[in-house]
Amino acid sequence: MSDTYANLVNNGVGKEVANKLGLPRPAQLRRYEKGQDLVDGPVAVGGLGTAPVAATARTVLSGAGATVVEATAESSYDGRLGAVVFDASAARTLDELEGLRAVLAPAVKSLGKSARVIVIGTPPDQVEGAEGAATQQALEGITRSIGKELRAGATANLLWVDTDAQSDAGSLAAPLEFFASSRSAYVSGQPLRVRKASDDQASDWRAPFVGEVVVVTGAARGIGAEIAKVFARGGAKVIAVDIPAAGDALAKVANTIGGVALQLDITAADAGERIAKAVAQHADKLDVIVHNAGITRDKLFVNTDADRWGSVVNVNLQSQFRINKVLLDPATKGGLRDGGRIVSVASTSGIGGNRGQANYAASKAGVIGLVRSLSAELADRHITVNAVAPGFIETDMTKKIPFATREVGRRLNSVLQGGQPVDVGEAIAFFAEPGSSGVTGQVLRVCGQSQIGA
Amino acid sequence: MSLRDVYVIGGNRIPFARSGGKYLKASNQDMLTAVIDGLVARYGLAGERLGEVAAGAVIKHARDFNLTREAVLGSHLSPETPAYDVQQACGTGLETAILVANKISLGQIDSGLAGGSDTTSDAPLALNDELRQTLMQANYAKTPQQRIKALAKIRPNQLVPEQPRNAEPRTGLSMGEHMAITTKEWGISREAQDELTVNSHHNLAAAYDRGFFDDLVTPYLGLTRDQNLRPDSSVEKLATLKPVFGKGEGATMTAGNSTPLSDGASMVLLSSKEWADEHKLTPLARFVDGEASAVDYVHGKEGLLMAPPYAIARLLKRNNLTLQDFDFYEIHEAFASTVLCHLAAMEDAEFCKTRLGLDEPLGAIDRSKLNVNGSSLAAGHPFAATGGRIVATLAKMLHEKGSGRGLISICAAGGQGVVAILEATSEDNK
Ligand SMILES: NC(=O)c1ccc[n+]([C@@H]2O[C@H](COP(=O)([O-])OP(=O)(O)OC[C@H]3O[C@@H](n4cnc5c(N)ncnc54)[C@H](O)[C@@H]3O)[C@@H](O)[C@H]2O)c1
Repeated sequence: MSDTYANLVNNGVGKEVANKLGLPRPAQLRRYEKGQDLVDGPVAVGGLGTAPVAATARTVLSGAGATVVEATAESSYDGRLGAVVFDASAARTLDELEGLRAVLAPAVKSLGKSARVIVIGTPPDQVEGAEGAATQQALEGITRSIGKELRAGATANLLWVDTDAQSDAGSLAAPLEFFASSRSAYVSGQPLRVRKASDDQASDWRAPFVGEVVVVTGAARGIGAEIAKVFARGGAKVIAVDIPAAGDALAKVANTIGGVALQLDITAADAGERIAKAVAQHADKLDVIVHNAGITRDKLFVNTDADRWGSVVNVNLQSQFRINKVLLDPATKGGLRDGGRIVSVASTSGIGGNRGQANYAASKAGVIGLVRSLSAELADRHITVNAVAPGFIETDMTKKIPFATREVGRRLNSVLQGGQPVDVGEAIAFFAEPGSSGVTGQVLRVCGQSQIGA
Repeated sequence: MSLRDVYVIGGNRIPFARSGGKYLKASNQDMLTAVIDGLVARYGLAGERLGEVAAGAVIKHARDFNLTREAVLGSHLSPETPAYDVQQACGTGLETAILVANKISLGQIDSGLAGGSDTTSDAPLALNDELRQTLMQANYAKTPQQRIKALAKIRPNQLVPEQPRNAEPRTGLSMGEHMAITTKEWGISREAQDELTVNSHHNLAAAYDRGFFDDLVTPYLGLTRDQNLRPDSSVEKLATLKPVFGKGEGATMTAGNSTPLSDGASMVLLSSKEWADEHKLTPLARFVDGEASAVDYVHGKEGLLMAPPYAIARLLKRNNLTLQDFDFYEIHEAFASTVLCHLAAMEDAEFCKTRLGLDEPLGAIDRSKLNVNGSSLAAGHPFAATGGRIVATLAKMLHEKGSGRGLISICAAGGQGVVAILEATSEDNK
């Protein structure tokens, strides 16, 4: 999808004019390419007090090939940093936050293009005493604000790591690598909770899905097609699902990634069985299901009708319940294995609501409810359940939005541009990685820190 | 050498379009490639080398001398998959399936695609014969002067292209005209033909509605269902159409109860049990046997489209079966009256005795088992694509039922017929 404005102000004369007029200039975001380094430049790592996670982070980052340097209040950096990781998980008093400011500020000043700020904390609900909780909660405000100040494609995110996972590289590796890498290009200002990984499954972040079977619904185009490609890139056999009427586009997607096309309306009563049957043709069990298919039928709440209401809730939410039920039955051949992954696509509309989208927001908020409840239910089977909530992503769906509204949606975020479908795919793949077993019940926004739906 | 069982793994086709309809700009090669790619995607075969691909087209451009191989090269199959063209008029599609099945049975190959494509929208226009001769002379001219002299012979009337004709070269009669003669001979009524036509439309529409074709059809160029399909077709509506074949009082064949010219392509995937197991694919049905026949229609001994009963009689005998031993009958509806003539002939003691040499007539069939998911009258009939459509449809029906047997019968120009038997896999029969 083309963003004419971004192309104009980033090239030739347009760039000069934009500079002179002080027009916002959306940066070209660093995105994953084959063989790319984890980060573009050295990573400065620092922390407060005992900084229990900093040591783990150093191990993980150098293990992933990054050059790690010390971040202190006195550090001066030669050249641009690819990222700064700051461990504030031990902070329990508000006074300690000054230490964060003193160390983090010089590092942030030295960040290069599309660099990363990653703050690490302890989940406030695991901290004793109100001041401790307040201190940890403060990290969210700090991270979100830094995210809004960063330019040139840099992002800031927060990892709240459970106390029992803080010195466990197996729990930290996948989330830390995701946020450090270019795969999180359109994720900024977001907190994510990391629990102790249920099993020690180290995975190569470049090829985490070798030998796995992954189902992606709504894969004929848009975000779904990119999700399918990201999984295939990571080594998965992808079963791409879409309605029979989209079969020709679906076949093209499947053939370019060596996957399988399954023409199926996910609202069909036997959709779960048919997915399981397709899986069984390739493996005994399914590793990952991505519920991406979705529709909009916008109309003001007072004017909408039963059909618009029902169809959106049915496609976007109810179908997931029906399909999950079949796939989660341990007796189902081709069902989801223990230790498998369920990832759903929510929306920032489901978080903040949207004019004319009561039905859609109902379905997407519902997805968030589903994820939170089901993740707890399935914890003992080590199945994780998460959602991504995309903001404005450049697809056929957003092409339908009138120009002015579309332009607002596109610019009103920290990176001044719409996201690409692949950005959503990367976040979903991260949730699905074997190494992400400690991440469950989470909703991650892929929205460039949009003001909409906040 | 021992023979192996052969299985129909699945199939794919694009919706059939009416001539001059949605596929006006699509060539046979385009359609065949799209069908192969849809099938490759359905079974996850991208980059695979198959034993072979056999397909053909009845109406073909000279440039399509290697149609099937070119389609394979344009597809996601491995370019190391060999391919060849077959042409047996409307029997092409089924004949390719028999050829591929036989090679698999012999162990020469383990897997293959069989099918065909046809378009009457992108039909070749032949040059007027005189013009062609003039141009050839100009081509062989030695000097510019000679060339100009040759070209000067072109007259305006030579610029009218030779129209492609849907007629039998040896009789000059169109297929419909031939059929009208046979229809009259067998006394097939207009009502019976219209009723069969309505059933075809209703059955096909119902099959689409219940998702039967979800894994048999891949949409193409904006078409998601067969363009000719009329779900609201009724005997009353059909009764208003004027006859187009045959003359005067007894004329019963209309544009409604005859198949329209259409465009489309289809393919089926056949393999050995081992290949299916290796690919974790569940066979839909076993391809049991096939037989072709031809009749002398030129000297009026038999009707042009009456060959299939001859093939059926021989096939049943070889397989120790009676006509009543089937759960499904797929009789290609070239015209509604073709099907009805075949059924009448097979019930007729005299026909079966004198023409087929049988002591007993083949007998009647249970009509509720005939073309239960619709056939060519509703779907359309892109000549070479019909066989693949029927094989895949019947195979899936047998898989859904989980047991039993089905008979396929297709009549073809030149007084020919191709028939085959499919059977539910033994696993289904358990
Ligand atoms: N584009 C955005 O900005 C944006 C923002 C937030 C959330 N989302 C969500 O992301 C997901 C993908 O959106 P997109 O922009 O790629 O949309 P899209 O319309 O381009 O693609 C959606 C796909 O889902 C398929 N689909 C719809 N109903 C189906 C059904 N019943 N069965 C099977 N497949 C079905 C469609 O055929 C289509 O191929 C949706 O859930 C959407 O709500 C998108």
